[in-house]
Amino acid sequence: MKSTTSRYLLLATAVAGSLSLAALKNEDKIVADADNAGLTLPAGFGALKVADTGTRARHITVTPQGTIFVKLNRPTKEGQGILQLREGGTGKATVVAGFGNYGGTGIYSTKDYLYASSDEEVFRYKLNAKGEVTNPTQPEKVITGLLNRQQHESKSITLDQAGNIYVNVGAYANSCQVKDRQKGSMGRPNCPILDSAGGIWQFRADKLNQTYGDGTRYATGLRNVVGLDWNAKSNQLFVMQHGRDQLHDNFPELYDTKESAELPAECLYALNKGDNAGWPYTYFDPAKNKIMVSPEYGGDGKKVSTGSYLAPAMAYPAHTAPNALLFYTGTMFPEKYRNGAFIAFHGSWNRAPEPQKGYYVVFQPFENGKPSGPYEVFADNFAGTPEKANAGRPDHKPCGLAQGTDGSLYVTDDKAGSIYRIVYAKK
Amino acid sequence: MKQMMFVLGALVWAATPAAAQKKPISKAKPVAKPAAAAIPAASLALGKTLYVQNCLSCHQADGGGVDRMNAPLTKTTWVLGDKTPLVKVLLNGMQGVEIDGERYANVMPAFDYLTDQQIADVLTYVRNSFGNKATAVKAAEVKAVRAANKK
Repeated sequence: MKSTTSRYLLLATAVAGSLSLAALKNEDKIVADADNAGLTLPAGFGALKVADTGTRARHITVTPQGTIFVKLNRPTKEGQGILQLREGGTGKATVVAGFGNYGGTGIYSTKDYLYASSDEEVFRYKLNAKGEVTNPTQPEKVITGLLNRQQHESKSITLDQAGNIYVNVGAYANSCQVKDRQKGSMGRPNCPILDSAGGIWQFRADKLNQTYGDGTRYATGLRNVVGLDWNAKSNQLFVMQHGRDQLHDNFPELYDTKESAELPAECLYALNKGDNAGWPYTYFDPAKNKIMVSPEYGGDGKKVSTGSYLAPAMAYPAHTAPNALLFYTGTMFPEKYRNGAFIAFHGSWNRAPEPQKGYYVVFQPFENGKPSGPYEVFADNFAGTPEKANAGRPDHKPCGLAQGTDGSLYVTDDKAGSIYRIVYAKK
Repeated sequence: MKQMMFVLGALVWAATPAAAQKKPISKAKPVAKPAAAAIPAASLALGKTLYVQNCLSCHQADGGGVDRMNAPLTKTTWVLGDKTPLVKVLLNGMQGVEIDGERYANVMPAFDYLTDQQIADVLTYVRNSFGNKATAVKAAEVKAVRAANKK
């Protein structure tokens, strides 16, 4: 009797097991939500909400084993600044672990390590063969003592393929004025901020307790970079700069509110070691297609810079706040997306009184490691409605991007904490 | 000092029930709302113009500010509370102050070049817009805070 029961149980288990195996096979491509999670996408693409975390989800990474880690702007009540998520068969994920009692933005993973940043430091955690963190409470401190003066505090990170880590240290000012954001205040000569901020610093990814003296100022004249990624094709670091604010507020006699809303462009830069992108002395005017002298440093809206500054590789609408950059290397999406760049635009505030803009993910085609042709808005309507976008009161603000192991695209939102996954439904 | 705090506390404690007892009386004979009548329309209109010129690009048209960057002006204790610290925000600027549990990254510059009357008008407008309702700020009050602020 007993053995019969267990035999039936075994049989039932076996049947259930094979059914779930079959289900998993059918799940090879994850099914999008009926409403594509509220997003508008190009034909053939779908989206699902992987999770609603209710957190300020900044950057995201997916390990080669498929573990999802999300860095939070500030830790949860339980003291968790990094969330680990695991997906079920349908693509919906649950938070399975949380650790790292610090807020921040940057997160990046290799096969062996998870890197995460606070607004002053960069840590790394050892990953096991399953892509799980083995030392959640005792990470190694890779970089320490980076400047955080509240403004442009995010320490975004990325790695190259030669064992280096790149960290943004944003300038703690709008345009290096004597009095920050003060109407008419002129620029500080030889802007002292650039010594320790307003650029990208390079460190070793495997050396511990490094600070400014151990690293290299890889590129300078970058006001604030939140989105950056290493382009493996051209073996080069690309960054998205947040352009300066308030041209009209500070110099109303030189710029009207409409000009101020459209100036300067948000710029993509292809960096080489030693480059200078010109902040705070210059800004990029996309209509003139020229590097202009900043009004704080003698500009008048017409004076073109004669300095030798790095020209942007591509320009995007002003103030739209590019918070993530990702080179797509997957094979799920059609051929044209391969080695191109996705850029998450967090959305503007400094276009007021003009309508606000952004709250979308853009695709920038690349050819031979260089941007090629105009960008296209890829995933839109994070705001919920055009009215919410125009008013600068969106439901969601895209902030982080990651590529899944299957080539799908993950997007975080630091307004409501939604995690999206965009998939291509092969025909 | 400690004793004085105690005395003050005791006074507040003693005064509270008295106020509570008075309430039903005022309910029976409703007092005309003086706050609404005391807001001069001219001050509100001038205040709005000043708000659009000086404040809107950061605090936004709806006064809601920008998440974690620019402080909201909607029903915060800073806006609706004591006028002296509020006037000082305009005279001195502000950064890194926690407002109702949240920090805002951007620097607010000083607006000390505005006249006493202009500061009074724009603050009166802010205290009576975006769902706010509070007493008007008078130029004389700004003048007094500015004089003390110089020290």
